[in-house]
Amino acid sequence: MTWFRVLDLFRRRRLEADLDSQLAHHVDGLEAEARAQGLSPDEARAAARRAMGGLTQTREAYRDHLTIPLIDTLWQDVRYALRCMRHNLTFTVVVVLTLAVGIGANTAVFSVINSVLLKPLPYPRSEELIALRHVTPGAGGSGSSGALNLSPSMFLTYSEQNRTFQSLGVWTTTIGSIGPTQPETARWALVSDGVLQALAVPPAAGRWLSAADQLGATRPPPSIFKAVTNVMLGYGLWQRRFGGDPSVVGRTIIFDAARPQLVVGVMPRNFRIGDTEVDVIGPAGFDRDRLTLGGSSAATFNYQAVGRLKPGVTIEQAAADIERLIPIWMQSWSDGPGTTPRMYETWKIAPALRPLKDDVVGTVSDMLWVVMATIGLVMLIACANVANLLLVRAEVRQRELSVRAALGAGRGRIVRSLLVESVLLGVIGGAIGTGLADGGLRVLVTLGPTNLPRLNEISLDARTFAFTATLSVLSSVLFGLIPALKYTGPRISAALASLGRTTSVSRDRLRTRSVLIVVQVAIALVLLVSAGLMIRTFDAIRTVQPGFTDPEHVLVMRMFFASGAVADPQRLTRVQNDMQDKLSAIPGVTSAAFGSAMPMEGFGSNLGVMNSGVVRADDRPDQTSDTLRMFKYASPGFFKTAGTRVIAGREITWTEVYGLRPVVVISEGLARELWGTPSAAIGKHLRQGSGTTGHEVIGVVQDVRENGLNQPAPATVYWPTMSGYLGLGTLARPNTIRGLTFVVRSTRAGTEGFLSQLRQAVWSVDASQPVSPRTMREVYDRSLARTSFTLVMLAIAASMALLLGVVGIYGVIAYAVSQRRRELGIRAALGAQRRELTGMFVRHSLRLSGIGVVIGVVAAAGLTRLMSTLLYGITPLDPVTYVAVPLVLMMATVMASYVPARRAAAVDPVEALRVE
Amino acid sequence: MSKEVLQGTLDLMVLRTLAAMGPQHGLGLAKRILQVSEGLLDLNQGTLYPALLRLEQRRWIKSRWGISDNNRKAKFYELTVRGRRQIREETESWELTVALMAKFLSKSVGGR
Repeated sequence: MTWFRVLDLFRRRRLEADLDSQLAHHVDGLEAEARAQGLSPDEARAAARRAMGGLTQTREAYRDHLTIPLIDTLWQDVRYALRCMRHNLTFTVVVVLTLAVGIGANTAVFSVINSVLLKPLPYPRSEELIALRHVTPGAGGSGSSGALNLSPSMFLTYSEQNRTFQSLGVWTTTIGSIGPTQPETARWALVSDGVLQALAVPPAAGRWLSAADQLGATRPPPSIFKAVTNVMLGYGLWQRRFGGDPSVVGRTIIFDAARPQLVVGVMPRNFRIGDTEVDVIGPAGFDRDRLTLGGSSAATFNYQAVGRLKPGVTIEQAAADIERLIPIWMQSWSDGPGTTPRMYETWKIAPALRPLKDDVVGTVSDMLWVVMATIGLVMLIACANVANLLLVRAEVRQRELSVRAALGAGRGRIVRSLLVESVLLGVIGGAIGTGLADGGLRVLVTLGPTNLPRLNEISLDARTFAFTATLSVLSSVLFGLIPALKYTGPRISAALASLGRTTSVSRDRLRTRSVLIVVQVAIALVLLVSAGLMIRTFDAIRTVQPGFTDPEHVLVMRMFFASGAVADPQRLTRVQNDMQDKLSAIPGVTSAAFGSAMPMEGFGSNLGVMNSGVVRADDRPDQTSDTLRMFKYASPGFFKTAGTRVIAGREITWTEVYGLRPVVVISEGLARELWGTPSAAIGKHLRQGSGTTGHEVIGVVQDVRENGLNQPAPATVYWPTMSGYLGLGTLARPNTIRGLTFVVRSTRAGTEGFLSQLRQAVWSVDASQPVSPRTMREVYDRSLARTSFTLVMLAIAASMALLLGVVGIYGVIAYAVSQRRRELGIRAALGAQRRELTGMFVRHSLRLSGIGVVIGVVAAAGLTRLMSTLLYGITPLDPVTYVAVPLVLMMATVMASYVPARRAAAVDPVEALRVE
Repeated sequence: MSKEVLQGTLDLMVLRTLAAMGPQHGLGLAKRILQVSEGLLDLNQGTLYPALLRLEQRRWIKSRWGISDNNRKAKFYELTVRGRRQIREETESWELTVALMAKFLSKSVGGR
């Protein structure tokens, strides 16, 4: 039945006109009858009218059926609210802007959380995807992530004998150069069979790499690769270098001089393996015959694993499956004749599986939730401010509301109409806020931490809009309800009778506003404390000794020497040496050198050589520790160039490198652990395992924060860049690092002229190497990016909170002053000093703030515990912060209340007493 | 009479009148209803029109513009099929109510 009434809403005017004509017809008819019965025209008319009854009532009763009361009154309220808002334009603008900023900030942060944390990964049925690695509780561990990835032999065992995965594969990335003309640094992914199948993203052109592509002609040792023939291209590279030409599929490209690649397919836009966007995907091509437990001769546990579970299988079942396979793996392979898997047994390798999404998103969820919480708190403060503003306004509208109540509007009706106004303000604020959020997100994506995962997926989507709408409505109800309930209570009649005279009513309102202020101050304190803690954290991190000096003047360039270009390791070392010399010869260069990687560069795995391993001190055979140490490779002059202090002994020399002498340099921490003091370590020997050659320790260098400033420095062993003893290297055919970073120290770093001289120097030796230098400062800043981002966000939120709090206090004190004008006039007339009157109000505001501070401190003490993972060097209850912040807040309170308090003192007694 | 009771009875009166007379305009309906009630009903004739609107919203009657006998434009109302069904139902319900109340209003139960 209601449907028809809805329709009638639209035909209303026509129906009302119909009624009028029908009524006219009816009255005329009655009049005609009366006249026919002999009455005079006037009497007839009167009789007709009497018979009809009240026309107004009829019309009203008729109209009642043409409306749905609820919609009708709501529409009335909306129109009225809009009119009010137009009349008080300043007020409306202030409120709407406050809300827009609050809602916009919340929307932006929520959209980031939605895209990064909540949305599933962009793979089909991504909830089935698992990242697989191990933990090694028995090995201690200074590997690059504290967890153990897979070795190729592990992959083969797992993929062939598991019962719980539909596909499983391993992959690793490396930086290579692609050329030969216009050399460019490219990120390669080397995948085993199963990776592309597990991720299940169809190619944009061509096909995936297949199992057959993993096989191929054997390459001469010491390379671990089989012939890399079939590859896929990433979308970005395809567009950049080949203009998106589909005919590139099936074409043979030469990326690496001696080994042509055949392109079999292209992956679509935004395809990533985990969180890494890759330019080229090639087969890992493991050679079954040459694999060992610890990797095929030179590479250790370097490969990340991803798998797709069979439908209906849980992670726990898969973990149990892998656990079953670990001993099988240890039996199926060996590290060489005469070795046992005992070392691996000591490590107590256990599977650590987690959903791929957790892997990609990693530790960023803590930071994001903290940022969301702080922005949410700012929103609360904004709502409190708006509530305060509305309270003042409702005060002004007191008379109007009382009249409405007197005319018969129920309390519910008045409350509803006030709420409609609030919701309207909220919705308009929300709409503007969404626009602000969109702009803010663009800024965030450009300036934000570039190592924020899934940055490219951040956008405003349906869920975000739903969030914004909900937030607008909820916060409107929140800040609208307070004044609505306050101003429609039963005391309205009293207010109507004696406006301005009753102080009991206004005291009650002052109390409400004061409560709001206390809440605002408390929240502001929590935010300021959090920001303060982040500032202290940042400070603490920056004082950490990174292990290198003067990063603005140190340039790093990543290079890769493919075995196709220079196969012979001795010759390769000469080439590298040559390049080092040419770089050192550039005017303004203090020194140049190279090594496997500079600290914090993020190149965890280095193909062809081991990145971590176990060493034993020769003179302490009883101290058989199976802890993994970090392995790095350093040329002569590396430490001098990087600025890493040599504490004892010296650096390696080129004579020793070419002579393949078994020498090493170790880090301070390792020296102390094995031999007590750095100087005691010089001259001692260590070796990788029994049966390997003992290496003499010739130098000890300071600890370097390889994994980031807030991670402890790992125990490190620095091997020579060419060695006859590592992995597959023999004295006849030593192993040389191929992926390396050149380091150049110069005061001219960063200038354009310097860059062209760098290029000249590099290309005079090897024209296929890319020259894209970064300063260590950039690397350093990048490693701090996450912390500094959190700091910036918190600082912004805290400043907004402080500003809003100051505005709020100002408002409340000004209000209190205006309420007590008569009293102030009397006091002034009775001889009160200006200072006293000012002091009254400043003390009042300090009281309010004080309560807010106490509540805030208690709340902060509880809440900051939640951000302890983001802190470094300080506890969540850092005393300096907890003392400084309240002081700052109290000072701000005094400043905020001083101006209106002074006005109190300036009240002219005559004026005040005259106003009734 | 209370507002709801009056509404309900007026609705039924209008429906039955339309059933007996066929399509009618407001004036004619009012005349007829007063006639039938033999002076017992004190009706404000204007109240017919909201009632007619209500009946039309419930799809028990429908309306169209036509010419009345004195050559003026008037809106004529007539019963629909649903309206006829409604008459039957409501008549039954009234008769039940009357029968029930009669038992209580008979002199042998309470009262005088």
